[in-house]
Amino acid sequence: MLDDIAIRVRQNVGIVTAVLLFAILYLLYNLAHPKGFSSAVLVQNGDEIFALAMLAMAQTVPVLASGLDLSVGAVMTMVGCFASYLLTGAADGTPLHLDIFGLQFGLGTFPGGVSGILLGIVLCLATGALAGFINGCVVVYGRIQPIIATLATGAVYIGIALFLRPTPGGKIDEDLNWALTNSLGDFAATVHIFDDGAASWFAPVAWIPVPFVLLILIALLVWVPFRRSVIGRAVYAVGSAEGAAYMSGLPIERAKIAAFTLAGFFAGCGGLFLAIQTSSGNADIPQAGAYTLNSIASVVIGGTSLLGGTGSAIGSIFGAMVLRVISFFFRIFDIAPLLQPLFEGLILLGAVSISALGVLRVKNTLELFR
Amino acid sequence: MTTASLGLSRDDRPILIAALFILVILVAGTVYTVARFGSAPLLSPTYLLQQLQIGAFLGIVAAGMMMVILIAQIDLSVPWTLAAAAMMATSIGGPLAIPVGLGVGLVVGLINGIGIAYLRVPSMIFTLGVNAVMRGLMVAHTGGYAPQTGATDLMRMLAGDRTLGIPNALFVWIAVSVLIAIVLQRTTLGRYVYAIGNKEAAAYLAGVDTRRITVICFVLCGLAAALAGVLLAGYSTKAYQGMGDAYLLPSIAAVVIGGTNILGGRGRYLGTLIGVVLIVLLNSVLSIMDMPEAGRQVIYGLVIIFMLLVYGRGERVTS
Repeated sequence: MLDDIAIRVRQNVGIVTAVLLFAILYLLYNLAHPKGFSSAVLVQNGDEIFALAMLAMAQTVPVLASGLDLSVGAVMTMVGCFASYLLTGAADGTPLHLDIFGLQFGLGTFPGGVSGILLGIVLCLATGALAGFINGCVVVYGRIQPIIATLATGAVYIGIALFLRPTPGGKIDEDLNWALTNSLGDFAATVHIFDDGAASWFAPVAWIPVPFVLLILIALLVWVPFRRSVIGRAVYAVGSAEGAAYMSGLPIERAKIAAFTLAGFFAGCGGLFLAIQTSSGNADIPQAGAYTLNSIASVVIGGTSLLGGTGSAIGSIFGAMVLRVISFFFRIFDIAPLLQPLFEGLILLGAVSISALGVLRVKNTLELFR
Repeated sequence: MTTASLGLSRDDRPILIAALFILVILVAGTVYTVARFGSAPLLSPTYLLQQLQIGAFLGIVAAGMMMVILIAQIDLSVPWTLAAAAMMATSIGGPLAIPVGLGVGLVVGLINGIGIAYLRVPSMIFTLGVNAVMRGLMVAHTGGYAPQTGATDLMRMLAGDRTLGIPNALFVWIAVSVLIAIVLQRTTLGRYVYAIGNKEAAAYLAGVDTRRITVICFVLCGLAAALAGVLLAGYSTKAYQGMGDAYLLPSIAAVVIGGTNILGGRGRYLGTLIGVVLIVLLNSVLSIMDMPEAGRQVIYGLVIIFMLLVYGRGERVTS
């Protein structure tokens, strides 16, 4: 039994390190925070973590197949811009029109009300998945290296986002914003379930922030089944040895397309939440770039190898949380905002260098060149 | 088969197609300007020289980036290496400005190289961290504002002035190009670079000190980015925050459009030159057309995909 646990820990040393690091950092953060261990702090942190955690999951899937998706930030931004048109929640619907080089096309009215919002959410997530699917097709059927293919498609998606929102704007339904960015109790009160959240059995869980619940739900309902499916296993196989996967008759093309599609879906979730949280759509190119790069950093901190084949999206969630908690510390300890990028960079470099110190123990230099 | 019968090697085909595409851009842009304004600025030597002067900065960055891509690595620290070199050069000033600026690039390249070659950290993540550190250092150094110090006269002369009607920046670009082309084609270092890009383990077994070569490539890339930064500061008479951000992705795109394999080991320097010219001309035609940023991004992405679909396709994995 104990041996069993020891083996599992050794196999997942990356994830275990990320979880421990996060646990220690977060405990220290709450101890140092004047309102530590309260639902309010947890809710605020959840809102700040969610988008990056989704992008980290998004980045993980192609990385497992030894690809890299440089378009996750762009997909997030594009979906956010779509959301700022589709989720306005206006009771009598939102009129949509297209304006290309001065030519106006009416697209009818997007339904309002609760059904309109639900339809809008589905459409936004489908847009993200479609963008990922296109990435996958370019990579698999175009036979272009993922890193450069997604660099190019990312430019296209950012272009579409800029087309939709040349300047930040739009609107998101206030109730939706309130329900998703607060605690479960507020969610229940907004959507009128469980006696508006006053049910006695509901009280013990009412303090949990909705973003964390969403994160766990997405991980359990999307990632875990994918990981256990044939396609999911094929993604890992492609990442560790594509030739061997091909010779074993695994569906490598479908696996790659599925990996990029899932990445697009996760990035879409992140973009949708970011739009709901900020109540607007904003085609912010530097922000998209920063999220893409931070997603790669999260993946590495979360114990997934950039060479592919080992790791997990769950680890990347913790990697994203570690990155975010580090920036929380800047607020607590009043570190000058000007010094924050320096500390972020040093911590990232330190983390990857320490985990790389194992190379000093390698006796046969040939083992270094994988 | 057909390429062989035309006497073209696998590495020449992308260069030829990219060159043809440049002609297409020139013709399409000229047809547009003639139809709309009744003039053809794209064909005037003055305009083209001016575009090439702006393109020189991208060209120098791309030359360094190519060295790194050829050994199957990547350098994401270019934006803030460029900006840091420019900021340090302008704040030191005097005759030491340019050596100090280049020194920044040398140090960054050394750190990158050591982390990647000896610690074996993936270049993607290590250079990302170095970029963040450089950004942090520069933000702390300048207080987050545009530095008030200006470029020295020598920097302005190198980047902004002209000799015999030709911009000096173009001469610098040509000098860098000749140097890189000679290194790649005529020296053992160049042979080693291609060998490492193809299979590092094989190069190591053949007796190449692959880690030292990796460090040298990153140092060259850092130096190139720093040189571009110093020149860009001279061109705009000062350094500013985020001045390097517009150079990372276009430099990678230029190298890849020029036929260099992003996985390393294959590609000629002439291709990178053509790739840079292609991107610069595409940008200038789009700005003549008054294309909004949204359209630019879309066209930019589609051109990269199109070019790679024509000649950049990998081989199907079959074993």
